[in-house]
Amino acid sequence: MMKFRFRRQGADPQREKLKQELFAFHKTVEHGFPNQPSALAFDPELRIMAIGTRSGAVKIYGAPGVEFTGLHRDAATVTQMHFLPGQGRVLTLLDDDSLHLWEIVHHDGCAHLEEALHFQAPSRPGFDGASGLPSLAHITVVLLVAVGDMAALGTEGGSIFFLDVPTLTLLEGQTLGPDEVLRSVPDDYRCGKALGPVESLQGHLRDPTKILIGYSRGLLVIWNQAARCAERIFLGNQQLESVCWERSGHTVVSSHSDGSYAIWAADTGDSPTVQPTVATTPYGPFPCKAINKVLWRSCASGEHFVIFSGGMPRASYGDRHCVSVLQAETLVTLDFTSRVIDFFTVHSTRPEDEFDEPQALAVLLEEELVVLDLQTPGWPAVPAPYLAPLHSSAITCSAHVANVPAKLWARIVSAGEQQSPQPASGASSWPITGGRNLAQEPSQRGLLLTGHEDGTVRFWDASGVALRPLYKLSTAGLFQTDCEHADSLAQAAEDDWPPFRKVGCFDPYSDDPRLGVQKVALCKYTAQMVVAGTAGQVLVLELSDTPAEQAVGVASLDLLQDREGFTWKGHERLSPRLGPLPWPAGFQPRALIQCLPPAAVTAVTLHAEWGLVAFGTSHGFGLFDYLRRSPVLARCTLHPSDSLAMEGPLSRVKSLKKSLRQSFRRIRKSRASGKKRMVTGSKLQEANAQLAEQAGPQDVEVTPVQRRIEPRSADDSLSGVVRCLYFADTFLRDAAHHGPTMWAGTNSGSVFAYALEVPAAVAGGEKRPERAVEAVLGKEVQLMHRAPVVAIAVLDGRGRPLPEPYEASRDLAQAPDMQGGHAVLIASEEQFKVFTLPKVSAKTKFKLTAHEGCRVRKVALATFASVACEDYAETCLACLTNLGDVHVFSVPGLRPQVHYACIRKEDISGIASCVFTRHGQGFYLISPSEFERFSLSARNITEPLCSLDVRWPRDATRVSHRSRESPKLSQANGTPGIILAPQSRDGSPDPICKEADTLEPPEAMLSPMSIDSATSADTTLDTTGDMTVEDVKDFLGSSEESEKNLRNLSEEEARACAILIK
Amino acid sequence: MNRSFHKSQTLRFYDCSAVEVKSKFGAEFRRFSLDRQKPGRFEDFYKLVVHTHHIANTEVTIGYADVHGDLLPINNDDNFCKAVSSANPLLRVFIQKREEAEHCSFGAGSLSRRRRPLALREDGPRRRTHLHIGLPHDFRPVSSIIDVDIVPETHRRVRLYRHGCQKPLGFYIRDGTSVRVAPQGLEKVPGVFISRMVPGGLAESTGLLAVDDEVLEVNGIEVAGKTLDQVTDMMIANSHNLIVTVKPANQRNNVVRGSRASGSSGRSSDSIASRHSLPAAHVLQNLPPDEMESDEEADVVLEGVLEPRLAPRPPPGSLARVNGAGLAPGVHSPGREGSVQRLLSSLRSDPRHSLALPPGGVEEHGPAVTL
Repeated sequence: MMKFRFRRQGADPQREKLKQELFAFHKTVEHGFPNQPSALAFDPELRIMAIGTRSGAVKIYGAPGVEFTGLHRDAATVTQMHFLPGQGRVLTLLDDDSLHLWEIVHHDGCAHLEEALHFQAPSRPGFDGASGLPSLAHITVVLLVAVGDMAALGTEGGSIFFLDVPTLTLLEGQTLGPDEVLRSVPDDYRCGKALGPVESLQGHLRDPTKILIGYSRGLLVIWNQAARCAERIFLGNQQLESVCWERSGHTVVSSHSDGSYAIWAADTGDSPTVQPTVATTPYGPFPCKAINKVLWRSCASGEHFVIFSGGMPRASYGDRHCVSVLQAETLVTLDFTSRVIDFFTVHSTRPEDEFDEPQALAVLLEEELVVLDLQTPGWPAVPAPYLAPLHSSAITCSAHVANVPAKLWARIVSAGEQQSPQPASGASSWPITGGRNLAQEPSQRGLLLTGHEDGTVRFWDASGVALRPLYKLSTAGLFQTDCEHADSLAQAAEDDWPPFRKVGCFDPYSDDPRLGVQKVALCKYTAQMVVAGTAGQVLVLELSDTPAEQAVGVASLDLLQDREGFTWKGHERLSPRLGPLPWPAGFQPRALIQCLPPAAVTAVTLHAEWGLVAFGTSHGFGLFDYLRRSPVLARCTLHPSDSLAMEGPLSRVKSLKKSLRQSFRRIRKSRASGKKRMVTGSKLQEANAQLAEQAGPQDVEVTPVQRRIEPRSADDSLSGVVRCLYFADTFLRDAAHHGPTMWAGTNSGSVFAYALEVPAAVAGGEKRPERAVEAVLGKEVQLMHRAPVVAIAVLDGRGRPLPEPYEASRDLAQAPDMQGGHAVLIASEEQFKVFTLPKVSAKTKFKLTAHEGCRVRKVALATFASVACEDYAETCLACLTNLGDVHVFSVPGLRPQVHYACIRKEDISGIASCVFTRHGQGFYLISPSEFERFSLSARNITEPLCSLDVRWPRDATRVSHRSRESPKLSQANGTPGIILAPQSRDGSPDPICKEADTLEPPEAMLSPMSIDSATSADTTLDTTGDMTVEDVKDFLGSSEESEKNLRNLSEEEARACAILIK
Repeated sequence: MNRSFHKSQTLRFYDCSAVEVKSKFGAEFRRFSLDRQKPGRFEDFYKLVVHTHHIANTEVTIGYADVHGDLLPINNDDNFCKAVSSANPLLRVFIQKREEAEHCSFGAGSLSRRRRPLALREDGPRRRTHLHIGLPHDFRPVSSIIDVDIVPETHRRVRLYRHGCQKPLGFYIRDGTSVRVAPQGLEKVPGVFISRMVPGGLAESTGLLAVDDEVLEVNGIEVAGKTLDQVTDMMIANSHNLIVTVKPANQRNNVVRGSRASGSSGRSSDSIASRHSLPAAHVLQNLPPDEMESDEEADVVLEGVLEPRLAPRPPPGSLARVNGAGLAPGVHSPGREGSVQRLLSSLRSDPRHSLALPPGGVEEHGPAVTL
């Protein structure tokens, strides 16, 4: 009587082979800016740059498209990186005092970054101390001497160790202790004090035997390693921060903790030198912060550059993040919005050149990389062709447009160029040009659109490995916001000292959170787009190649439809600026539709051919004819008992807090009542209680979070949220006649289908006749399981999704089969179902949640091309679940094909940010600033293919030394790689994978954690538009149970965490 | 009991359309006949019965023995017609005083059990409690123990019928550790357990699930290796027809295989219920289980008033139509749509109704909606 239906396909070998030709999972490339960078290095010979991060990632960048990524086995902060010039090798120092040697090796003509060797400093301070030997604990600085064959390691104890780089072994007997140096120092300077840690080690460009050593106390020593003697000694008395040795070797510049720098003459005068030639505090006379790093670069003109970071007056500008560039009389204080990590100049390093002649200054900041052209007067910033700060304002939504027509592409590029006029040499002046990009010119243009919190939409070239900014659309200009930009600009101009110059584009502060972009849709054939925001604003825009001044028509649409008993308690609508407004070339607004109440727009879709835009909020959905600028339809989707929907996002935060407070109160109460019971209980109860206490410890360990098992009811909160909208030309009325339809799906599993009456366009005419579009409710489907409807798509007679508007009529896609019976695919969070049309009856279905216990977060129909056969392709349904797995299903059969673990399930923002492309790729945020690109298709893979001409003899022994792990398998920022090859090969589990698998974090602290996650759940609601209601509800549910949670703090933290994140 | 039905053959022989009725009240029999094609209405039949038995001033319930020997009620026109038309050849009618009848349940096997008067007499004292238990047609299956023949004796596979029940499912699950016997001895493995019952909820009222029962399977899928959240989602996804296999914490109430001839679900659940006086684990087994299977997920489809494309335009004022020109809410005929809305929400409130929808779904004719 019970038949459990397992959808296990028979192992059809042919199908299995085909699957292998169609599907393969790769994480290919990370776009954007590395999260939490901590170290920077530049190889002037190969012209490549390396960035290390706090999670142990190493990323090397050269010319656009040349990228290498590696990840240290331990997720420790990369504190320093040093290139072995010209060798394509980089030495990294982590904060656990280990050194790692990475090398770029070529496999099959393509280069990869691999870890070759590593060295762990023997940290036995007790033993070493007893034996009187200096300890190698706490390496502070690293210097590569003798062109990379030897490295000098400065330590906190003041000793300098020497290391053979090719083998990463310590060179015994060469260690230079502080005592040896102190011997050459006059007695009155010594005065019994230690020299302090080694702060800086500098090599001489032409004489590799000389090393300039700077000690924390201020002492500078030029040490001849060959002769093992101090050549010169500079008796500085100010605490040292950094040292720079000018290329000729005649001048030494030291920077200090009091905000001063000093210039010492190294070739004249007697040793030891007591006084510097010049000592200056550039931002004095009031106390200044330390100058962390100073560079001295000489020019043929004689006007050298002094570039330093920090040194700002402590009281007035102590909080600024500045780099100062001083040349002769010109001083510019570069004012950044995030912390300065490190900087370098691109200059000549050939020993035979007399001057540095710096071309460019590259500054690595916490949130972006800024490069200034030092050869062009005014030192303009050079736009970076990669490492774009995606998060210059927090990303709130993203969309991908594949196969962008060349014409539209050119227009967007030209609009972007007009927006930020580039210097003529713009493209060529990017100084980091190493390596060759071997990847073929992308066969098609892909646009990635990101919507941001500040109301901008950014257009990115996502065709290749380097994500390049193309154009930025700002919608803020259309609205009156509380604080106008002009004020802050005026404030900035108040002082002319220090000569601040705002550089960089990272600006996380949004003027008004209501401007945030929630949904974006672009029609690539008509260059029309719709941008919908947090305050219920829906903006229809059109690309124009010329600037224009025009007023924007505003229409309001009440989605409540006179539903009684509701009052909106959320934010107010944005007030638009009236009257003609100037619009630069680019996307210019055509119509503004304001949804009322002004809740965040949750779904939007555009049909340029019909001139219609549909949009939905948590209250209902509307349809607007933007050609005639008239509303067509408004429909309220609220359930009569749904009260939560009416409270804005702010009050939801409040209720979250309230529920937390309540749960804490409940805990207190339950503790109190528990005690009371103990006192008043009968003997039997007492005995029982004792028994329970004895059994307690084990019980407490296993008594965890509870989860309520209850089906969704119709009056669940926020059931009216419109989750998806869709236009299709299909059969809704009868099987003989097709016509325009609109579909809407809600959070409570309702689907509304409207038949649209769109007057036919006059032949050749752009405008439609003055007849209104009409919408008639055709079908209303209530899914019995009531799960939120995630996506709707109509399949044609051959089971293929309908093409986009204009796609078929412009011969860009195969025309849909209008003969056979159409079907509609409705994907809910729990299951996929295909229904026949026009009579809606279930044809096929797959109950994902019932089988796998996971819920659908994102779905997309994608075309998968075969690697084996040129013109064989299948359309499949790609689906991302709340566990971070990607599943692929056949369409319309809904048979599971493959599934892969893609995102850690704890990474909610990653899961919420995922976008699929039409050709089986996808993007998700691995950090606020980075998109990970992945590929499900075996054929359509965008990954870095590049080569680098390295010059160093490769011997066979080193190959065997190489780490077993391929860089492709590891991902920066701790995202789990594929757990296939490395494990099976070396047998030891990959530490990253292990971390993802086990749910036991090392430390336990529940109560602050749960509050934390409350706020984080909330902020993600704000920043990523696609967080679902369930996430909040899950949290509410679990917080209700937090009394249980609290009873077993240590054990359950991980699980609580997992549940909150889900 | 008189089993010589063959004597009545003469009667049938001489009028084919007549159905012979043998009515029994206490120890008395009455015989009469009814028209098979036109049996008439139940009320008339009731009057006829009380009249022929001369018990006009007594409240009685009427039952009949169907072809399988089950005692089924006659209390409305439908089952009266059914009883008459299915009489083969004789319609045996049993009449009981209502107060007595309340304690005897209709249903499968009930007739045979009635033959053991002792069993009935034994729970005589409980008769005075005057529990008002409705008649079988008021019951819907709520829960059952199934697959007793294939599930190990220490486990229990429980089916909860959510449809037709206004109660919440009403239980909570948690993580925990369970002890398994492994080749190398006992080992602790993570498991999912029932942690709490909502008082008055469906799960509690069945008595088949209890706190600390370990959940082993959800609708045939093992939960081992799945997180609490996954199990939660699976249960909710299957909540319309939830089948959980549990290892009860209390192993004393297990169904002992072989003590009953068959492991049919109805009997086993009945046995549990009666042996341990668990509250209200009632199962109506004459509802074919396949029916439950097939329409488990019948999504409700409401058809709009779309006319074929040839028609110039739909009739004015049709459902959910919005005037394209103005979008004034007044034009939008809220009353009519409201009625559909109400209907739809009424459907939602009782999903059972939707199961009874004709296959064509709900049809709307302008403002009116017919089911």
